[in-house]
Amino acid sequence: MGAVGGDFEGDLKELRETFNSGKTREASWRRSQLHGILSLLKERESDIFKALNQDLGKHHVEAYRDEIGTVAKSANYALGNLKKWMGSKRAKVPLVAFPSRGKLVPEPLGVVLIISSWNFPFGLSLGQIIGAIAAGNAVILKPSELAPTCSSVLANTIYNYLDNSAIKVVEGGSSVGEKLLQLKFDKIFFTGGPRVGQIVTTAAAKNLTPVTLELGGKCPAVVDCISSSWDEKIAMKRIIWGKFGACAGQVCIGIDYILTQKKFAPTLVEFLKKYIKKSFGDNPMGSNSIAKIVNKKHFSRLKDLLNEPDVKTSIVYGGSSNEENLFIEPTILLDPPLDTTIMTEEIFGPLLPIITLETIEDSIEFIRSRPKPLAIYGFTNNEKLQKRMICETSSGSITFNDAITQYLIDTMPFGGVGGSGYGRYHGKFSFEEFSHLKAVLVRGYIIDFGFKYPPWNDKKLQLLKSGLQYNYITLVLIKLGLKSKA
Amino acid sequence: MASEDVKNSPAATVVFDTVAANSLVKELRSTVIAGKTKSYEWRASQLKSLLKMVEDRDKEICDALFSDLSKPETEAFIHEMALMKASCKLALKKLKDWMKPEKVKTTLGTFPSSAEIVPEPLGVVLIISAWNYPFLLSVDPVIGAIAAGNAVVLKPSEIAPAMSSLLAKLFGEYLDNSAIKVVEGAVPETSALLEQKWDKIFYTGNGRVGRVIMAAAAKHLTPVVLELGGKCPVLVDSDIDLTVTAKRIISGKWGCNNGQTCVAPDYIITTKNYAPVLIDSIKHHLVKFYGEDALNSLDLSRVVSSNHFARLTKLLDDDRVSGKIIHGGQTDKSSLKIAPTIVLDAPEDSLIMNEEIFGPLLPIITVNKIEDGINFINSRPNPLAAYLFTNKQQLKEEFVSNVSAGGVLINDISLHLMVNTLPFGGVGDSGMGAYHGKFSFDAFSHKKAVLHRSFFGDAPARYPPYTPGKLRLLKALLDGSILGIIRALFGWS
Repeated sequence: MGAVGGDFEGDLKELRETFNSGKTREASWRRSQLHGILSLLKERESDIFKALNQDLGKHHVEAYRDEIGTVAKSANYALGNLKKWMGSKRAKVPLVAFPSRGKLVPEPLGVVLIISSWNFPFGLSLGQIIGAIAAGNAVILKPSELAPTCSSVLANTIYNYLDNSAIKVVEGGSSVGEKLLQLKFDKIFFTGGPRVGQIVTTAAAKNLTPVTLELGGKCPAVVDCISSSWDEKIAMKRIIWGKFGACAGQVCIGIDYILTQKKFAPTLVEFLKKYIKKSFGDNPMGSNSIAKIVNKKHFSRLKDLLNEPDVKTSIVYGGSSNEENLFIEPTILLDPPLDTTIMTEEIFGPLLPIITLETIEDSIEFIRSRPKPLAIYGFTNNEKLQKRMICETSSGSITFNDAITQYLIDTMPFGGVGGSGYGRYHGKFSFEEFSHLKAVLVRGYIIDFGFKYPPWNDKKLQLLKSGLQYNYITLVLIKLGLKSKA
Repeated sequence: MASEDVKNSPAATVVFDTVAANSLVKELRSTVIAGKTKSYEWRASQLKSLLKMVEDRDKEICDALFSDLSKPETEAFIHEMALMKASCKLALKKLKDWMKPEKVKTTLGTFPSSAEIVPEPLGVVLIISAWNYPFLLSVDPVIGAIAAGNAVVLKPSEIAPAMSSLLAKLFGEYLDNSAIKVVEGAVPETSALLEQKWDKIFYTGNGRVGRVIMAAAAKHLTPVVLELGGKCPVLVDSDIDLTVTAKRIISGKWGCNNGQTCVAPDYIITTKNYAPVLIDSIKHHLVKFYGEDALNSLDLSRVVSSNHFARLTKLLDDDRVSGKIIHGGQTDKSSLKIAPTIVLDAPEDSLIMNEEIFGPLLPIITVNKIEDGINFINSRPNPLAAYLFTNKQQLKEEFVSNVSAGGVLINDISLHLMVNTLPFGGVGDSGMGAYHGKFSFDAFSHKKAVLHRSFFGDAPARYPPYTPGKLRLLKALLDGSILGIIRALFGWS
């Protein structure tokens, strides 16, 4: 079985030996592992669907879209670009260093630790493993214990489809995580919340291990008034999908809350109600199209958000829940007080507050006065507003007229800033995140200027001054004694 | 963090504590929020002022370097001021380009859409610099931070006090004080600064303090760049131009702050057969450069402080090491000078072979064949730089492929620092992150992904309620194949 018992030091030792043998650096090895992931996804698709349904109540279309399809796409993208990414790139060299050749050589970091989260247990484990393998590293993956069936399927499939001497899965909870964090890795990639993120980086500091933190935040969606019915249809579907359609809102780049003009709010609420019914039917719990809350603890946390004074009264749609099924209905709130927990902490669930402002431009100041989120969304065709949002707010990413789709684009870096994390991945950014870009300069022996060496005198100083200011003519003149100062 | 040779400045009665640090950061944050540091004009004006500063005040800079390190004028010029000027000029020249958004291709799955990557400032950054190149290692990161549009606090090293106070004075005169500040001091002041929330911390120094900084940064989830050091090895083959090799090694070791440089050759590895030849040439050129009495040569920097002097002499105190000194070894405590010293085959477990030397002592280790040298290097922590002198193409390729270091240089020492198209930074114990050239701009920026989608063109397949047909279409869309999409749309797959 892939799951390994308590001998983490032994595992790490084995991975180091594998890495030191040079095996994982070979392009053929990296390709074979990427193909292994593709086979895993194809052949074990039904096990993955079952596990995601078991742990998170995900419908298999959602599971395919968000966890299998995206990962397969990333693996294929990596396979298609691997040669290019692995190659060294020439660096232009200034004349003062002539004759020499400069280049940038990517190399693997060594043995990396990937700690993934429970909401996209396959997507957020295999996606990172793709980057780590493409860059030539050995890997330990610690999946989240909050999605236990998925964790166990990951351990089993990785054991059967990938090279165990280089890629291992360690299952378990926080005590296992803590033990792993005592060991020295060459990189740690963490996806999760800020509290544990802090624990990870504090532990990493002891070994000077570089870290990537993919956290979250309160991702706002600025919704401008919509006049055309075509736009209304698309915008509503995308907003609803961006809030409720991926893991029931338990997603780091999900829409957390909406900002809109006071006068548009009533219309917006009606639109949302209409399209929620269209997407999930009259009995959303039975529709199978919305995931469940991961566990009782998060279920209670979300219910508590609704029970705060003045929050309950702001509910304009939904609000019901079923503890046995860990189901919470898509819920809309209108202007809950800004100092309540639902408006200060990341919601991570199917509760959608709408905050109204006098003008849509006020949303910029609103967003700026809060911590930087992982994503900002703007549903508007107003180019001026779009420009202002890009220039005047800061976030991991900003997307107009859609939500979450930025995740699919391999040419765009995916990562946070400020409270939403640091580092990035997807596409070639994954490769780079798990690599060290080594600077290489190769010099020849021909041409060695005497004025580079002591004992020093003023003439040498003047020659050096002109050389380093790239004043080659002056340099020649000084050398010839026709000039005395640079 | 060890506070060595702290000299209290005249204004030391005003204590810079957590409260002071907090209000300093608040002030800088409001400058950033007001948008002042974001504009091209502001960044260019600050960079131009920095150039003016180094041109107007070069004598004072030289004097401070001499006071702190007895740094010869030529070194002060080449290694500190010229490099800083080149960096500043490059930033000015390229700033507009660097600030431009970069358009990126999007995939069929999200058609129609347009995407770009927009660089933006991180906000308020803390730069903690080192004592060995106290001008360059303070101003160069500041150049990057300003070019990227940030507000900056610079904490220069108290171990180079003349430069620290000169920087405080010059920044006050030449730069925008509402956005760029210098905080002088030692452990208490640095601790007060580290308690604050920064958007980035850039540290140059040693691994011990690097860990302290990273742990402090962890509390606020602040990203860091750590420019540390390590034992930079020089592998010397027998197939070389001996004279040029010896000169370059000496220049890189003793000619750069007398070995007190993060990328200085720490030790040499060569074959048992070739060692005598190499040693002879190095000794010969040492005399040519520094005379017979190298201890008192004015062309060599002194050791920075009595603490470091004691640390270095301790490395030689080991009987098993002192017996292996084959050149130099003279010391003068009163002037903090140590002569260029060569040690042959010190034991592998001696301190001099395990700690970063950071001084004018050069161990030479001999091996049977040159390839053993690569294994020797790889069995030790990753250094900031690794050097190889050889004419053999295959050995060059093997070295570049198999030796992991921040940077690798063949047939010269340290020159890669001057090449601003190469990232300068470490890996493993030698650090994380990089800078120089555009890498400086990138180190202090956030690259924001921006995606524009239109309402036209929508794939209903992504939305609930979910159906098998939608699944087929999604598979095709994510595969990116047009044929697959057409087939799915027509229900043929």
